[in-house]
Amino acid sequence: MSSKEKTWKEISIAGVPPKSSIGFMTGDWKTYMPVRDLEKCTTCLTCVMFCPEGAIKWRPEMGKIEFDFSFCKGCGICANECPTKAITMKMPE
Amino acid sequence: MTQKVKQEIVAMNGDEAVAFAVKQCDVDVVAAYPITPQTIIVEKFSEYVANGEVQTEFVCTESEHSALTACLAASVTGARTFTASASAGLALMHEMLFVTSGSRAPVVMAVANRALSSPLNIHGDHSDSMAERDSGWIHIYVENAQEAYDSIVQAFKIAEDVGVSLPIIVGLDGFTISHTLERVDVLSEDAIKKFVGERQFPMVLTHEGKTVPFKLDPENPMTMGPNALPNYYFEFKRQQEEGMRNALKKIQEVNSEYAKISGRSYGNGLIDAYKLDDAEIAIVCIGSTAGTLKVIVDQLREEGVKAGVLRLRTFRPLPSEELRNALKNIKVVAVMDKSMSPGGLGAAVFNEVRNALYDLKQRPIMVNYIFGLGGRDSSPRDLRRIFEDLAKIAKTGLVEKQVHYLGLRE
Amino acid sequence: MTTQEWKFTAKDIASKPDLFLSGHRACAGCGPAAALRLIMKATRGPTIVTQATGCMEIVGSIYPYSSWAVPWLHTAFENAAANASGIDAALKAMRKKGKVKQEHIDIIAIAGDGGTYDIGLQALSGAVERGHDFLFVLYDNEGYMNTGIQRSSSTPIGAATTTTPAGSVNPGKLEKKKPITEIMLAHEMEYVATATPYYWKDMMTKARKGLEVEGPAFLHVFAPCPRGWRSEPAKTMEYSKLSVESCVFPIWEAVNGKRQLSTPSKLIALAPQKKKPVKAYLEGQGRFRHLFTPQNQHVLDGIQLATDERWQRLLQKCESA
Repeated sequence: MSSKEKTWKEISIAGVPPKSSIGFMTGDWKTYMPVRDLEKCTTCLTCVMFCPEGAIKWRPEMGKIEFDFSFCKGCGICANECPTKAITMKMPE
Repeated sequence: MTQKVKQEIVAMNGDEAVAFAVKQCDVDVVAAYPITPQTIIVEKFSEYVANGEVQTEFVCTESEHSALTACLAASVTGARTFTASASAGLALMHEMLFVTSGSRAPVVMAVANRALSSPLNIHGDHSDSMAERDSGWIHIYVENAQEAYDSIVQAFKIAEDVGVSLPIIVGLDGFTISHTLERVDVLSEDAIKKFVGERQFPMVLTHEGKTVPFKLDPENPMTMGPNALPNYYFEFKRQQEEGMRNALKKIQEVNSEYAKISGRSYGNGLIDAYKLDDAEIAIVCIGSTAGTLKVIVDQLREEGVKAGVLRLRTFRPLPSEELRNALKNIKVVAVMDKSMSPGGLGAAVFNEVRNALYDLKQRPIMVNYIFGLGGRDSSPRDLRRIFEDLAKIAKTGLVEKQVHYLGLRE
Repeated sequence: MTTQEWKFTAKDIASKPDLFLSGHRACAGCGPAAALRLIMKATRGPTIVTQATGCMEIVGSIYPYSSWAVPWLHTAFENAAANASGIDAALKAMRKKGKVKQEHIDIIAIAGDGGTYDIGLQALSGAVERGHDFLFVLYDNEGYMNTGIQRSSSTPIGAATTTTPAGSVNPGKLEKKKPITEIMLAHEMEYVATATPYYWKDMMTKARKGLEVEGPAFLHVFAPCPRGWRSEPAKTMEYSKLSVESCVFPIWEAVNGKRQLSTPSKLIALAPQKKKPVKAYLEGQGRFRHLFTPQNQHVLDGIQLATDERWQRLLQKCESA
């Protein structure tokens, strides 16, 4: 057991988790990563809707879509569904 | 100093006494499924609901599994909850008993103790709740309808104590207590409400970084019933053990606080010792059998036999130290079990009491009497015979048989 | 049910914060995770979620992490609806006594097909009969995927699972899928609907309608599982779409028993030539691979026939409504 793990006296009862999974990065699961061609992107938000990870964010204040690679598992749904084929899955360099 | 309050005398059976106590405890949710011999409890409670005498949500579920699930979910939402069960119903709840204690939900459950199938038998014994010994519930076993009423009231206060936060089974012998009309002295609803008080909540740290009361509340979201892998599961189980240790103190506290307003107490809340101080032989039992045994002890005392009875009121947490202190000077002890552990060395209560006494330098000789299975009646004469056996052992020091089946045709 | 229609755009939804949070541990390309994330964005205010044991329960609650921004409860496998019953009863009782601040709190019970069709059916039926106010969301990925891809009574004919493997005698599962929505409709519920995440707007609208019902509502979400279906993670939404286009999983809603096809299925009903053969949906899914052999042609034919017949029966039910 690592020393970071707490004793029974230090944790809340009944297994109530003290951390949000926003601190648990699943981005390192991926083999391929989505790469966007911004010229083709029409910000239709299809990719934002379909991402199971919530890793594709719509930034209304900037009118932009942002990919959060710390959560992207590389499933490729965004590339498969993009109506203008603006996303391709590539092996990271 | 709290004053003893005025009481009313009512004729009730054990089940009705339980329902009456639940009515007085300002319970938010009752979820239950009918199963003999517990049925009267929920029937009686349904009458209170139908007549608008309670503000309780009564959920008549489609199974015992759902009954306990609904109680657990209601409890962690913040409600005071009650259910009742017995036998096959309790066995069907088995999975949820562990989930409820692990979820630290202070559900109170009356169990009108009854035999388990097969063969099917609806009569009283302790097979059902003894099979749930390790489910993480506090177990209190009562002697009569009066104690059933008093213990349900106490149970809410014990279970909901923030240091305890564990569910409680209050066991009353099926039919012997559940269906027998007795005199029950009841306190006023106000006195009971005041005694039990508002529900308390332990504080927990949530994933939003807030320390808040442990309940499902949209203002303070928390996640309940998660997966704990091998790196944490063990720690949560140890926390439950701590709840049990705290209960050991809390049960005694509540027993004496309740005595102040009612004039009634049950030993120290954990064990109820009767004429044990100078006893040479003694019987340990749980439940209604103690009543008969006390009468026999009185007779034996008149005859000059130094006999005593120890009624184990709280079976979980096991009051090991109290058992040791109470029994250390006894020569021979019989432990009575209304359940079996086929293939084991005696049954549950025997195992527990004998285990507690192992650390004594000088231990009593101990024998086990399994009796009353499936509602088989044990007469005062049968019980008196146990003391006769014990006297013989005390004289000779010889144990011919360690485990006896009392009242079995052999 | 309120008649006020919930109108929203993709931008509205994309601007709403997630309630099912990133960092959950669902497999890449998980259909149920994609569906749940969106359904949680269809909530209308304070909400409590309860889940049956299963993939979606596990992935969002591995201690010390939580992926839920709403109060969330898991107790066991067979009892999501009983959890909802208890929460509903508690809120009602506590509200009467002034112990609940919020005017209304929605309750969502979520379970997979195992926790709905099989082990959870009794608790679900009981909770619906008692009229508790909750939305039950079934995410149907047609098998016990969390325990290692065993068959459930939702697994369709011909699918290979670890307990119905394709062998030299048996071509995968021999029995047909249980018609769960028909069972739920028979409870005379106010709202029953089917949906799939490719048609996200339809699915979210239905989730919202289910929440608006005062009483129990049932939403059957068909959600492809790349792991269990042996399909490409990237094609999850494609299979979601094909399931509707092939009429394997038509989408509809029934308000007070009146059934109506939802637009994507309605368009096929109006233009039957648009209906795709089931082969288009089945091929590419590894669980059906063994069907694409000469000796199993009859199974494929049987699936097509059964799908057509089921679709025709559904059309009649919609018409008669």
